[in-house]
Amino acid sequence: MSGPVSRRQFLAAGGGLTLAGLISACASPVLTSTTGGQPATADVIYWNLFGGGDGANMTLMVDAFEKASHLSVESTLLSWGNPYYTKLALAASSGRPPDVAISHLSRLPLLAEAGLLQPVEDAGIAASGITKDKFTPAAWAKATVQGTVYAVPLDTHPFVMFYNVDLARKAGLLNAAGDNLKPIKGRDDFVDALKAMKQASGQYGAISANTADPATTWRWFMTLYSGLAGPIVSDQGTRVTIDAAALEETFAFMQSLTGPLGLMPGNAADATVTTLFSEGKAGFLFDGEWQIPTYRGVKLPDGKPLTFNVVPFPPILGAKQVAYADSHSLVIPKNPGRSPQRTADAVAFIKGLLDRSYIWAHGGHIPAWRPVQTSKAFLDQKPQSNYIQAAFKAVYDPPGWYTGAGSDFQNAMGGVITEVLGGAISPRSGVSAMTASLKTFSTAIPPVR
Amino acid sequence: MTTTAAAPTVPAVGTRTIRLRRPAGSDNRAGWLFATPFLVLYILFLIGPVIIGLVISLFNTATVKSGLGHWVGGSNYADVFKDAAFWQSMWHSVLFTLLTTPPLIILPLLFAVFAARISRNRWFFRLAFFAPYVVPSSVVCLIFAFMYTPQTGLISKVFSGVGLSAPNFLGSTGGAWLAVTLLTVWWTFGFNFILYTAALQDIPEETYEAASIDGASPWQQIRAITIPLLGPTTSLVLILQVLASLKVFDQIYILLYGGPNESTRPVIEYIYDTGFTSYRGGYAAAATMVYFVVLVVISAGWALIRRRRNQTANA
Repeated sequence: MSGPVSRRQFLAAGGGLTLAGLISACASPVLTSTTGGQPATADVIYWNLFGGGDGANMTLMVDAFEKASHLSVESTLLSWGNPYYTKLALAASSGRPPDVAISHLSRLPLLAEAGLLQPVEDAGIAASGITKDKFTPAAWAKATVQGTVYAVPLDTHPFVMFYNVDLARKAGLLNAAGDNLKPIKGRDDFVDALKAMKQASGQYGAISANTADPATTWRWFMTLYSGLAGPIVSDQGTRVTIDAAALEETFAFMQSLTGPLGLMPGNAADATVTTLFSEGKAGFLFDGEWQIPTYRGVKLPDGKPLTFNVVPFPPILGAKQVAYADSHSLVIPKNPGRSPQRTADAVAFIKGLLDRSYIWAHGGHIPAWRPVQTSKAFLDQKPQSNYIQAAFKAVYDPPGWYTGAGSDFQNAMGGVITEVLGGAISPRSGVSAMTASLKTFSTAIPPVR
Repeated sequence: MTTTAAAPTVPAVGTRTIRLRRPAGSDNRAGWLFATPFLVLYILFLIGPVIIGLVISLFNTATVKSGLGHWVGGSNYADVFKDAAFWQSMWHSVLFTLLTTPPLIILPLLFAVFAARISRNRWFFRLAFFAPYVVPSSVVCLIFAFMYTPQTGLISKVFSGVGLSAPNFLGSTGGAWLAVTLLTVWWTFGFNFILYTAALQDIPEETYEAASIDGASPWQQIRAITIPLLGPTTSLVLILQVLASLKVFDQIYILLYGGPNESTRPVIEYIYDTGFTSYRGGYAAAATMVYFVVLVVISAGWALIRRRRNQTANA
């Protein structure tokens, strides 16, 4: 045995190793996943769709939770939008979903009605103090599908109004203290404010992406239309309930801003918007609060820093203040094989994220968890705490199997609105174009129910 | 061990006579026996799913729910025929076929003829041309995505280096088609190349010899001998290429996600989107059936043309 290893010995040793490997593989995730069980590689398996700044904040929260709780969490980041929801739904329907997953509340109805989610109250969230009274009511209501709560809201992320502080001062729009705008009430005030800003900036009063960005176009439209009328589809999306007069008025108003008055560009892609607002060539920016990190630390062409503030939209059309919004939420996909211990760990993880959502707010989002929303850790964050009100006035996508963040529905609606904004079609033909486009969605046979 | 293997070969004459006496049915049985492994897989993974697809296309089946859902008859089919998005995506698959088929027939033929004329290290060229074909689609798409990236990508850098601006590969419809066509030609070129290389080896050397003795130039030899004798191969390559191109999905999905603005979405992605993203399993099955019929019609048309041509050639 002291000499060189013979071939036979080598093969025997190799065979033994292979056998040992196979035996130990019985406990490996690869093998358990082929036998239908859930691969238990960590105490909590967590799926999300956050890249960029949001992704970094989410990692901080998960790491902090792991340290504090001694539970292990395996986070998986999947690509945003449809690919994420496709994977989540198929994983859940094949009985091998993660323990906790992120879902936009606007995408919740279809997941819930397809029976892919465990009602969170059945998972025992109340026992760990997660109850309705501690959430923004609008978000909690949207987490409820036909009387059952399927998600724990993490935040509200509204469509808001950014303004350039220096230009607003020049335009005489700031209040006496200089920390906010003078109140704007109704359509005429709003148009006057944009006119004053246009004069101050020398180029545009306001700007919003409306070319090759159907989602932002849709959000700006919903901000205006929701002040006048209710949802454009009802009965889970099977009935078109457009208020034609309100729709025509909304289109005409949007067109007047881009067209005759020249207060907003009728043709602005994402890059155009970022450039013009960063260079102080537009007084207002209409966009999601998640753009705050984009404009932090930006320098104007003359070398001075860009100072901006963010506020909720005032009532523009109609007397009611509304904020088009969506929410990220935490769901527990249904898995009949999940042990009570894992379910408890999942709930502990959800609670851990809620308690740390002041970190999440750095990305601009308003925490839905009231204990954090009213805490100093959040209220000290500016401009985030300026638009808490928007979370309470939130208007979401109408519930339906085809609506929600990143959906074909938003693309189709945004497409029609872009045509109106660019002046290609009149407000009246815009109404019939939108109605026709909605017909194809509302008359299709819903896959669930 | 060795004796049992050798035993049947000894009475060679005997086996031959026995085989001759055997009725045709038993040969048939052996054939079926050998075909069984294939047939089992074929029925399990092809015939079976087609039948299931046919059934659920008549129901309102949800992909994420167990059970068939309720009976809707032909209404899924009626909706498919009315849906402009379906026909647009069908057109995209056809357009992709029109864009990729000619280069994928002409270039492999050209390079196979060239490679055959190289006398030394021929294996190297064959390997080099075939190698991309074995790379998985995801890898190919990632490599090309790096090259196509605006501003920072390899191709954009090369263009800006000589003072030109690169086509907008990922952001415009025309650029996207160019991007996906270039990628596909580079990636799948090797398969047709191998078919042509094999066919070239079947052309007897004496034909060329005789031609060159008669004073035919290399170009005349290619035109009058090589291309006509490769006719059957070209016809095979054509139908394989058309069917493969009509089934395009990977490249367009990974590189462009069907974009910009769904302007390159092929029909298979449409089926995937409706079936797995919108969960409309029954509807997606109906769309699949329509698409399946189109493919069957094309294949049958090709077979018919081929049979007729063979008959006229034999007559």
